[in-house]
Amino acid sequence: MNLKKILKISALSLSVATAMAAQAGDTIKVGVLHSLSGSMAISETTLKDTVLMMVEEQNKKGGLLGKELEAVVVDPASNWPMFAEKARELLTTEEVDVIFGSWTSVSRKSALPVLEELNGLMFYPVQYEGEESSKNIFYTGAAPNQQAIPAVDYLMDELEVERWVLAGTDYVYPRTTNKILKAYLKSKGVADKDIMVNYTPFSHSDWQSIVSDVKKFGSEGKKTAVVSTINGDANVPFYKELSNQGVTSETIPVIAFSVGEEELSGIDTGPLVGHMAAWNYFQSVETDANEAFVENWKSFIKSDERVTNDPMEATYIGFQMWAQAVVDAGTTDVDAVEKAMIGQEVKNLTGGTAVMNKNHHLSKPVLIGEIQEDGQFEVVFETDGVVPGDAWSDYLPGSMDMIADWTSPVECGNYNTKTKSCGSK
Amino acid sequence: MSTPSSNSMNRLSHTVGKYRLPIKPTSLFVLVLFTATLLASMANLWVPADSAFHVSTYTITLLGKYLCFAMLAMAVDVVWGYCGILSLGHGAFFALGGYGMGMYLMRQIGDRGVYGNPELPDFMVFLDWAELPWYWLGMDNFGFALLMALAVPGLLAFVFGWLAFRSKVTGVYLSIMTQALTYALMLAFFRNEMGFGGNNGLTDFKEILGFDLQADSTRVSLFVITAVMLALGYVVSQFIMNSRMGRVVLAIRDGEPRTRFLGYRSERYKVWLFVYSALLAAVAGALYVPQVGIINPGEFSPLNSIEVVVWVAVGGRGTLYGAVIGALLVNYAKSRFSVVMPEGWIFALGALFVWVTLFLPKGLAGWAQDKFFKTEEHPSEDEPLSSDMDTPISHSAKGAS
Amino acid sequence: MMAVGCLFLLLLGSGGAKANSASVSTELSKDVEINSSVPVDVTERTSAEALLEQLTHTKLSKAAALLEQLEQSGDVRVRAVFQTMLDGALYYQRDNRQLLAVRKGEDKSLNASDVFSGESLGVVAKKSVKKIRVNNRLRVYLRGALSRLALNADSADDRNIAVMSMLDKLSADNVAALQALDERETNHEVKVSIALALAMNTLATSSDRDQRLAAIEVMDGRLEAPVKNQLRALVDSAVVDGSIVNSSLDTQVIAAAQKALQNIDGKVTAYGYVEQLFFGLSLGSVLLLAAIGLAITFGVMGVINMAHGEMIMIGAYATFVVQQLMPNFLEYSIWVAIPAAFLTAGLVGVLIERCVIRYLHGRPLETLLATFGISLILQQAVRTIFSPLNQTVVTPEWMSGSLEINAVLSITYSRIYIFIFALIVFAALQLVMKKTSLGLQVRAVSQNRSMAKSMGIHTDRVDALTFGLGSGIAGIAGVALSQITNVGPNLGQAYIIDSFMVVVFGGVGNLLGTLFAGFSLGIANKFLEPATGAVLANIIVLIFIILFMQKRPKGLFPQKGRAAE
Repeated sequence: MNLKKILKISALSLSVATAMAAQAGDTIKVGVLHSLSGSMAISETTLKDTVLMMVEEQNKKGGLLGKELEAVVVDPASNWPMFAEKARELLTTEEVDVIFGSWTSVSRKSALPVLEELNGLMFYPVQYEGEESSKNIFYTGAAPNQQAIPAVDYLMDELEVERWVLAGTDYVYPRTTNKILKAYLKSKGVADKDIMVNYTPFSHSDWQSIVSDVKKFGSEGKKTAVVSTINGDANVPFYKELSNQGVTSETIPVIAFSVGEEELSGIDTGPLVGHMAAWNYFQSVETDANEAFVENWKSFIKSDERVTNDPMEATYIGFQMWAQAVVDAGTTDVDAVEKAMIGQEVKNLTGGTAVMNKNHHLSKPVLIGEIQEDGQFEVVFETDGVVPGDAWSDYLPGSMDMIADWTSPVECGNYNTKTKSCGSK
Repeated sequence: MSTPSSNSMNRLSHTVGKYRLPIKPTSLFVLVLFTATLLASMANLWVPADSAFHVSTYTITLLGKYLCFAMLAMAVDVVWGYCGILSLGHGAFFALGGYGMGMYLMRQIGDRGVYGNPELPDFMVFLDWAELPWYWLGMDNFGFALLMALAVPGLLAFVFGWLAFRSKVTGVYLSIMTQALTYALMLAFFRNEMGFGGNNGLTDFKEILGFDLQADSTRVSLFVITAVMLALGYVVSQFIMNSRMGRVVLAIRDGEPRTRFLGYRSERYKVWLFVYSALLAAVAGALYVPQVGIINPGEFSPLNSIEVVVWVAVGGRGTLYGAVIGALLVNYAKSRFSVVMPEGWIFALGALFVWVTLFLPKGLAGWAQDKFFKTEEHPSEDEPLSSDMDTPISHSAKGAS
Repeated sequence: MMAVGCLFLLLLGSGGAKANSASVSTELSKDVEINSSVPVDVTERTSAEALLEQLTHTKLSKAAALLEQLEQSGDVRVRAVFQTMLDGALYYQRDNRQLLAVRKGEDKSLNASDVFSGESLGVVAKKSVKKIRVNNRLRVYLRGALSRLALNADSADDRNIAVMSMLDKLSADNVAALQALDERETNHEVKVSIALALAMNTLATSSDRDQRLAAIEVMDGRLEAPVKNQLRALVDSAVVDGSIVNSSLDTQVIAAAQKALQNIDGKVTAYGYVEQLFFGLSLGSVLLLAAIGLAITFGVMGVINMAHGEMIMIGAYATFVVQQLMPNFLEYSIWVAIPAAFLTAGLVGVLIERCVIRYLHGRPLETLLATFGISLILQQAVRTIFSPLNQTVVTPEWMSGSLEINAVLSITYSRIYIFIFALIVFAALQLVMKKTSLGLQVRAVSQNRSMAKSMGIHTDRVDALTFGLGSGIAGIAGVALSQITNVGPNLGQAYIIDSFMVVVFGGVGNLLGTLFAGFSLGIANKFLEPATGAVLANIIVLIFIILFMQKRPKGLFPQKGRAAE
């Protein structure tokens, strides 16, 4: 009877696969590769809904190239190998034209080989550590130089901070950001003993000792600030412990790179007023485009309570750029769209214009906001003009000489300007 | 207590039920696996892509992954179904095997990494490692890496088993400890200082033994090798269970004190069975990594290991083929439902687990046996349980049977 | 003295301002005569008004200078303005630039009130007012200015805080103000603080050996950070490798400073251990709370309850829902939330037992599978009902902040309450199990089901109640955890493994064992953490448990007697 079973399974999968293949035709398919269950669902579900909203709006405008857009949603369930599997499924059985997806770096790295093998196209909307540029991925979130460096400059100039706590969750993004920051701080003359680095595991919940250490570190007479790359779940207990132990934004301000409106919606922000975050977007920015976007979002999600955040804007910009590039190229063919993408301009929701650069990263403005009692941020600093995203950091020894340029004649994601070669070739 | 409820598979091969099977189940299993693999491989490589009989590369990688999971499930079944050791930490052996293979594949990248460093993997360049740590030495040799992929989990299983079984840690205590083991390993591998790539793990593999990992032929070969290893694992496990050792193992499951009183050193049998099972899991892990292209500490997660146990329970424990069917079925359902109903599939999965435990206590295999091959001398597997169901505590301390 | 007592609105920049200012001055001078010794004259006050008016025009970056001028203006109203501004409630009306204090009401309406009198001015439209922006730098300044102004406060505590806040800002002005205060101060505590501040000043400025030695003697043993920093700086400037090299400084003074510093460091280290112990106890109480429900469902009933974490989650969500239902009584919501969480989680527990677990008696390892399925369903259900996002649970005022024992040791209130709460829950549970007939029946059924049945115990009912009790306790734990961590669908998963470790380590079926296990694991973790970091500490504790179980396979306190065999 197991023969029967196995035959049945394979027959079923075959028929499903062929049925799917037959369906493709008159729509342009937009794949959505965001976790809807598991630990990352908390962040990624919002982005799935954002893409669905963009698809709906585009269809109201008549679709693209005279065709309807159709969203294909899959759930990689916060399981990293599953991102590769689902990416392959989207590209081969569903035959989507573009994918919007991923949040964590590891999920992107898992899907990357599949995208390159099958020549797919993916938009990645989250701030990340850089050190990557693939022909098949467009990075619409911030690179470290679009978040960390301006933030530290602000603390140094405006708040006269002299001692630094670099606290992060133990994974690649915080480690890279902190390495870059350490090199940057040293170049500004900060001594080693004035920098404290601390890593904690994911979802760390007991912050008593660490906050107490930070307090001690900050009581030695110099103005101290915490630069936090603490991820997701760990932030709530961290901030709660901070406020309970009496660390306020006036004594030791915290500037975070992973805490946005959505994360704050789960925290009682009363005691956090004045702590900061650096992003390319805040919901509170008053522009017409942003107000319309927030309005649309609230009516799409059917809730007045929901907030918008930076990765949503990154998804918005990515989607608009892709739509423009498809119109410019006159096709959804990946190679043509990829060429048409470079140089695309889209108005930011916060004002100014985002430009897609040759290294597949965006030029965007950097904003610093202070947490308000209502869970929103108030912008206290904004860079003059836009900052172009660096795929390869200038502060890491391994990548100083590297650039990414996907236009001819370089056409390479890791071009070494010293040896004038692409990678090791 | 009733007579040891025997290995139903063995019984099946000897008794004549309502229906007589023309061949032994072992041969049947191997035959089915062989045919399915052959057909799938041929359909992928030689049938043109537009034909209705073409099997896509996606399906091949998916099937390859399922077979690895099936092998892992079989490993759990060997200790749980036959010896009553419920391991909630088999994911650890699987992942260690995977890391062994992953390290080899990482070294094979050579200077094709993004930084072009011929000595160090990308993540080490990234984190400023000056030189390769000692435990990475020799991993560029396929044979040595494979040896390590098996030896490390094997040794861990031996040390853990030796300690635990010698001091008669059984039942839930043992289960929770295996869980602690895999949890501790997960935390350790998450640390970037460990030199295994932290949260991102090992990825971006290029080739294995000189074959391009993205070529269809390599994929099919890996798939076929997995199928062969699964069949081999099945035959060997079946052989062990039919041997004298297997008989003792069953006796231990059904009455460990009695077996000890008869003069058998039960802990020795358990240790070696545990090590064998860990090796099976490690092989599965080593085959899994080149096919999915990534290994990371998430594989150590205790939830993963619990899921494996669920596959075995769904398929039916103590039958080996039941474990294989359970793994294939649940994973297929996961792949399918996560597309068909991305928001609701978790409900379905959860409900399936509850439903199976309530209504199919012996899993699909047990249900099918009862329905189609019910024989009078076949005692219900529940009997030894129901006889002492009055003392859940004492029972829980004794473990599953 | 805060309330200026005027019933008028400060009409700045408009024609009305002039007309009113006369009455302001009379009112104010009365106020000043009674309450304050700060001299005020009329011309300065008008300049303060001009400054306040400028405040509505100025850019954020220029605001600091303006505030400084305001502080120096000596106007008593400045305090009210500063305080309102610090609260982020200082607004002005767009049409006439009049300053207002605006606070948000429950229904998000903006309630305006007079900055100085606090008198309500009714609801204002959002578009008609604009907030005067404050950033961190201004907040720091405002806080400092307010504390300087508080040197003249009525309350001795306020004065003491003001003095303490000046320890690292001993400018000549501040020292003069302190000396002036010292002369008229009557409160002992404040006098001690002033003496410390003046001693620090003497050490920094005087060159007389005896004075400096006396100053060091005053500073010796004080734990305030500025004291330590000053001594450290002094010692560091003169001492290399333990011997005094800088001969231009007085060796006797340096030696005294060194000794005082050692003294302080010794005290700080000792308090550090006390703090670590408390951290350990606090972590232990969290572990105990998380595990105690499992000690019933798993320990007593033998159900390997993988849905235990989700029961905690349900309790936390119950807290959230209760707070949503009574937004005006957040301070008391916890007292409603505790029974609500107990009942909700308990009810879900009874349901689970009636629908699933009762069919699995005697098959403990299968309960693992079924409850694992249930935990998946519950998590996804919460995701569907409440959204996958974390929810805000407000910490009541009385649970926020910390109890300051001295300058280096403070204990957070929420942790203290959770510690006490854990002990109360534990004691209550012990009482139920040992002293009530339900407890007796539970124990009887868990030891010998058929015997209990034949004695006339409704085993079905007892099973359902036991599981409900365990789940309900887990729900209560959720209320406590909602105060210190995320309230989201993943809440339960974060605690499930730790809970099992605690129960198994303590010995299945033994509540006292769970108590000991929770606290000892918590303390061990916290004492390892400084040396190894949080992750390694966790790993070491896990390995320790694994090894310990080899020695004592049944945990710390194994069950004894026939039922255990």
